[in-house]
Amino acid sequence: MTIDAATVRKVAKLARIAAPEERLNALAHGIMTWIEQLSEVETKDVEPMTSAVHQALPMRDDVVTDGARPDAVLSNAPRADRGFFVVPKVVE
Amino acid sequence: MSELTRLTLSAALEGLEAKSFSAVELTRAHIGAIDAANGRLNAYLVTTPEKALAAAAESDARRTKGEAGPLDGAPIGVKDLFCTEGVRTTAGSKILGDFIPPYESSVTANLWRDGAVMLGKLNMDEFAMGSSNETSAFGPVANPWRAKGSNRALTPGGSSGGSAAAVAADLCLAATASDTGGSIRQPASFTGTVGIKPTYGRCSRYGMVAFASSLDQAGPITKSVRDAGLMLTSMSGHDPKDSTSLDVATPDFAAFVGRSVKGLKIGVPREYRMDGMPEEIARLWEAGTQWLRAAGCEIKEISLPHTKYALPAYYIIAPAEASSNLARYDGMRFGHRGEGGSLTEVYENSRAEGFGEEVKRRILIGTYVLSAGYYDAYYLKALKVRRRIADDFDAAFSEVDAILTPTAPSAAFPLGEKQDDPVAMYLNDVFTVTTNLAGLPGLSLPAGLDGQGLPLGLQLIGRALDEGTLFSLAGVMEEAAAFTARPDLG
Repeated sequence: MTIDAATVRKVAKLARIAAPEERLNALAHGIMTWIEQLSEVETKDVEPMTSAVHQALPMRDDVVTDGARPDAVLSNAPRADRGFFVVPKVVE
Repeated sequence: MSELTRLTLSAALEGLEAKSFSAVELTRAHIGAIDAANGRLNAYLVTTPEKALAAAAESDARRTKGEAGPLDGAPIGVKDLFCTEGVRTTAGSKILGDFIPPYESSVTANLWRDGAVMLGKLNMDEFAMGSSNETSAFGPVANPWRAKGSNRALTPGGSSGGSAAAVAADLCLAATASDTGGSIRQPASFTGTVGIKPTYGRCSRYGMVAFASSLDQAGPITKSVRDAGLMLTSMSGHDPKDSTSLDVATPDFAAFVGRSVKGLKIGVPREYRMDGMPEEIARLWEAGTQWLRAAGCEIKEISLPHTKYALPAYYIIAPAEASSNLARYDGMRFGHRGEGGSLTEVYENSRAEGFGEEVKRRILIGTYVLSAGYYDAYYLKALKVRRRIADDFDAAFSEVDAILTPTAPSAAFPLGEKQDDPVAMYLNDVFTVTTNLAGLPGLSLPAGLDGQGLPLGLQLIGRALDEGTLFSLAGVMEEAAAFTARPDLG
């Protein structure tokens, strides 16, 4: 299994991380080779384990339990103005 | 260096109750110790001495009125992964910048409810991704322990390196930590401290900065087994704000310390006898079985056949979950925002500038294994291997009551030694990661010193929700090991 430069660029684009360094790609490649050994494990008819606990997710009433604290919500915003987050222009 | 900072949490609580000293005196002693040693150790990222002294004064007032809680007046440190209202929380990352949480994590809220006093926030690997504390954006923590005759700085382990170093160096009575693949137990082993990762779901993850949500669990690092029981009882409990929090009663874990372990069956997994294991670790492991045998336990060899696949499965599952969890760091609502001509460029630059190299690497691996065409081959495969690892434990626990293993494959190593070889770094977690995948509790306690005078830990693994048995066994082993060595804090 090799990961070519085009795949790394595609994955970086998907992850929204600008221009990962070459070094990073090479190291990721070593790790993926190491991970390949999983193919030795027989997993036919094995259910994937998606959770560490055997319990159904709890249900609760569909009511508001928190909110109406705009100042707290905006307190860490890189930019905020009159109760809103200020973000870069999205629509031309 | 004050005698007060050398106390265990249990002894300090007795001293407070006996009015031998006040919470303010105890807190002031710890603030002094931090001022003296933190420059060299870099364990605390933020200290909150005024808040600590104010909380200690309130604690003294409560005790006078006879209203003291279980941990009242005990100064502790908090891993910088736990959101603390009004106190900067970074998870060791630049991308969180000067994030000041407007809310409190449930685990720390439980500790404050019980009267504990916060001294500050403890350094860690960035987003808990690391085994040496070297991925922290704020520089590594130095282990207070050094090899005999050497001044070379060693790692305290990771990711809870700040927590472990602070406890070992008497810069707090106990600390909170978290464990996704071994991040409580490996640092505990490297620093001669006790650490427990409880059953998944014991501690609420609300307000804990997320790394890999199906594996992350909070737990304490302490100076004794009893102390770990006290801390874990306070930290645990059902929380409706975390849908994976277990709705079960929290036992008084400290009460299990000192109970007889006679007749318990202890498994020793043959797959943990790895090639190249240092002789000293193998000998200590053997000594551990003898201590338990002497206490009336029966030792049985068991098999956990899929052990060698645990780390590769972990390095698919954890990065996959991390790539999803860390998508929230987009520079819009909080944290670092980069510059850019378009929205996409702002995202890409915010994340490129804000995340460190190891975090980027794991996000890329996670994105890759979840992407179209690779999902079944990697991610689904890893989830199936995870099931086989959990099944191995289920089979083992039909024969034995607990499992004894080494905690880590080596003692603390020099800072810088493994930084350029991620796979070598990942192998630190070879004995601990299996319990995260299976959701089981694991406890590490100091068992002895190696030839260089560095601490080595042994790990006890238990059935789900059976931490009590681990505390009883660890109590017996703690007494037998009689580990009294201390780092040279001079």
